[in-house]
Amino acid sequence: MARPRLFAEYFRTNGRFLGITMMLLVGFWIIVLILLPQLSMLDFSFRYNLPPAEQGGPKDVYTLDNYRHLIYGAGGGEGSYNTVDLMVFGRTILAAMAVTVADLILCYPLAYYLGQSRGSGFVRLLVVLLIIPYWINEILRAFAFRIIFADGGIINAAMMGLGLIDQPIDFIRADIALYTGLGYAYILLMLFPMYNAIESLDRNQIEAARDMGASWVHIHRRIVIPHAKPGISSGMTMVFMLSAGALAAPQILGGPSSLWFTQLVYQWFNNSLNWQQGSAYAIVLLMASIAIVLTFMKIFRVNMGDIGK
Amino acid sequence: MTDGVGVELENLWIRFGEFVAVRDASVNINGGDFFSFLGPSGCGKTTILRAVSGFLQPSEGRVLIGGRDMAGIGPNKRPTALIFQNLALFPLMKVWENITFSMEVRGASASERRRRADELLEMIALEGQGNKLPGELSGGQKQRVAIARALCAEPDVLLLDEPLSALDLKLRQHMRTELRAIQQRVGITFIYITHDQGEALTMSDNVAVMRAGVIEQIGTGHAIYDLPATPFVASFVGENNVFRGKVLEVKGDEALIRTNRSGDLLAQITPAARGVLKVGDDAMMFVRPEAFSLVDDAGAHAGKSLTARVVNEEFEGNSYSVFLESEGGKRIKMSLPNVGQERVVSTGDDLILKYELRNAVAMPAGELASE
Ligand SMILES: Nc1ncnc2c1ncn2[C@@H]1O[C@H](COP(=O)(O)OP(=O)(O)O)[C@@H](O)[C@H]1O
Ligand SMILES: [Mg+2]
Repeated sequence: MARPRLFAEYFRTNGRFLGITMMLLVGFWIIVLILLPQLSMLDFSFRYNLPPAEQGGPKDVYTLDNYRHLIYGAGGGEGSYNTVDLMVFGRTILAAMAVTVADLILCYPLAYYLGQSRGSGFVRLLVVLLIIPYWINEILRAFAFRIIFADGGIINAAMMGLGLIDQPIDFIRADIALYTGLGYAYILLMLFPMYNAIESLDRNQIEAARDMGASWVHIHRRIVIPHAKPGISSGMTMVFMLSAGALAAPQILGGPSSLWFTQLVYQWFNNSLNWQQGSAYAIVLLMASIAIVLTFMKIFRVNMGDIGK
Repeated sequence: MTDGVGVELENLWIRFGEFVAVRDASVNINGGDFFSFLGPSGCGKTTILRAVSGFLQPSEGRVLIGGRDMAGIGPNKRPTALIFQNLALFPLMKVWENITFSMEVRGASASERRRRADELLEMIALEGQGNKLPGELSGGQKQRVAIARALCAEPDVLLLDEPLSALDLKLRQHMRTELRAIQQRVGITFIYITHDQGEALTMSDNVAVMRAGVIEQIGTGHAIYDLPATPFVASFVGENNVFRGKVLEVKGDEALIRTNRSGDLLAQITPAARGVLKVGDDAMMFVRPEAFSLVDDAGAHAGKSLTARVVNEEFEGNSYSVFLESEGGKRIKMSLPNVGQERVVSTGDDLILKYELRNAVAMPAGELASE
C-alpha cells in the first residue's frame, strides 16, 4: 500500500530524469559492485581448487569440502578438528566484540557531552580535532601505533622513566597494541552516529525527568539510551563488522603467535593461491558477523528501519 | 486560600554574564493561588520559572517555597513540578508510563503505577488510552497527559510554562477553563507563565506583569486591567487609548491633564503614582475603547468628553470598533456593543465621546508596549 506512494513521491520530488539516473546508479552499485562479486565468491566457495586445465571439466563439481576444511582440517577425518583455525575464528569474533564494547564505553560519555552542549563553538572545534587524525591513512596510523608501543617506544620509555616498570612491556606480543589500534581505527564510527542521535534529544526531556526526581543513571537508562539506540546500534554494527574484517591493523600490530581470521583468508588467497578455500573462509566470517549483528539487534529490539534515521 | 504551599521571591536577580534577565523581582504568591506571570516574549518569565523549579540558581536574592529557602536544593528535591513549554513528554514511553514516571523513579511497582495512571487518565478524560504512545495523541490530549504527569508527582506547586501556546484558538480557550477547574480541584499552587493577557486574566487569582526582567505590577486581573500601574501595563494588557500631555492640576486622587491634541481631560491617578505625579509633569492617561460612550451635548461632561470625527468603522460581531480622529489629529478607538441596532455611526460623523472618571487612569509618562 505504501510502496506505490513511496515511488510516486520519490519521482515527484526528484523528477523523472534524476530519479531514473539515481536508481540506475544505486542499482549498479548494489548489483555490480556488491552482489556480483559476493555471488561469485559464494560460487567459488563451493568448488574444488583445480588446475586451469580441469576447470569446467567433469571434475569441476560443487562440494562442501572447503567448509569442511575449516571445521575438520586437511585430513577431513571426523573426530579430529581444525582447532587452530577454529580458535582463530573464535578469537577474532570475541576480540571484535570486545573492541566494539570498549569503543561504546569510551564514546558514550563523549557523545553525550558533545551532543548535549550543542551550539557552542568550542564543541565544534573538539569535533574537528577528533576528525583530524583520520586524514592520515589507516596503515600509517597502524605503524604509528607500532612505534608508540615498541620496546623503546614512548609508552615504555615513559613508564620506565616514571619507575612504574623496569622491563619494557611487549605490547605487541600481548596484543595490547592490536586491540588499542583496532579500537582507535573505528572509534569515530561509533562516536558520530551516537553523537547525532543524542544531539537530537530534546534537552527538556532530560530536565523533565530530573524534575520528577530521576537520578542520572535512571535518566540515561530510560531517556537517553532508548533515544540513542538506533545510533548506538549502527555504531556498534559498523565497529564490529570492520574490526572483525580488519586486515591492516592485525598484520601490522598483531603478535607473531596470534592471527586474525582475515589473515587466514588472505593467506588462502595470496600464499596458497587457493581462492576457493579463501572464499569459503570469507563467507563464513561474513555470515557469522551478520548473524551476530542480527541476533543482538533482536535481543535489544532494534528495528532496521530506525537505523537509517 | 491559605492551605497550599506559598512561594516567595525575595529581591531576585538573575544574570547571564553581563545580561540581566531578571531584575530585583519580589513576589509573594499565596498557597493555593493560580498566579500568572504575564509579559512579552523574552522578558524573563521562563527564567523566573526555572529559578523556582531549581534548574537555575539566582545570582542574588532568595526563592522560598513554603517558607523554606531553596538555595542549593536541586530540581529533583523541590516540591515543584514543571510543565515545559514544549511539554517534553517521553516519546518512547507509553502514556501511562509517562504519567507515572515520578513513581517509577521512586521504585513503585508496575501494578501500583497502573492503578494510579488509570485514576489520572480518568481525571483528564483519557480513559483507556494509557497504552498509546504520546505521538498518537492530539495536541490537546498531549497537553492533558503532561498535566497528569506533573500532578502524579504530587507537587505542592505546579509550574506551567506557556503550556497552551502550541494549541489552536478553540482548544486554547477550552483548556483555560479546564486548567482552572483542575487547579480548583487539586487545590495546589499554580504558577503560570504566558504572553497572552487573555489567559492570564481569565485563569488567575493574581497576575504579575513583566517587562524586560522587571515586574511592573502585581495584582488581580481586575486591578491590572482597570488600574494599570505603568504605561507599559496599560498598553500591554488589553487595548487602550493613550493621551500624552502635562499635568495641569492635581486634586486629591484626580489630575487634570492638558493633552497634546485632545484638550484638557480629567483622570484618576493610578494608585502607584499617587503623591508622585505633580503639576507640570509629563503624564500619560489611558481610556479603554469600551469606556467611551456617545452623548449629544458635551456641556454636562466638562473635562470628561472630547469631540472626534469617524474615520472608519469595523463590525466585530459582538461589537463595533469605531476609529476616530480628534480635532487635533489624535487617533482614538472606541468600541460600541452590538445590541441589534442599525449602524450607529457612519464615516465623517462628528461625535462627542464621554467617559466616567473611574475609567480614565493617569500616570507619569513612560514607555509603551510595542505592538
Ligand atoms: N541560558 C541563558 N543564557 C543567556 N541568556 C539567556 C539564557 N536563558 C535566557 N536568556 C535570555 O534571558 C532573556 C529572558 O529569557 P526567557 O526567560 O526565556 O524569556 P521568556 O519571557 O520569553 O520566557 C532572553 O533575552 C534570553 O535570551
Ligand atoms: Mg519562555
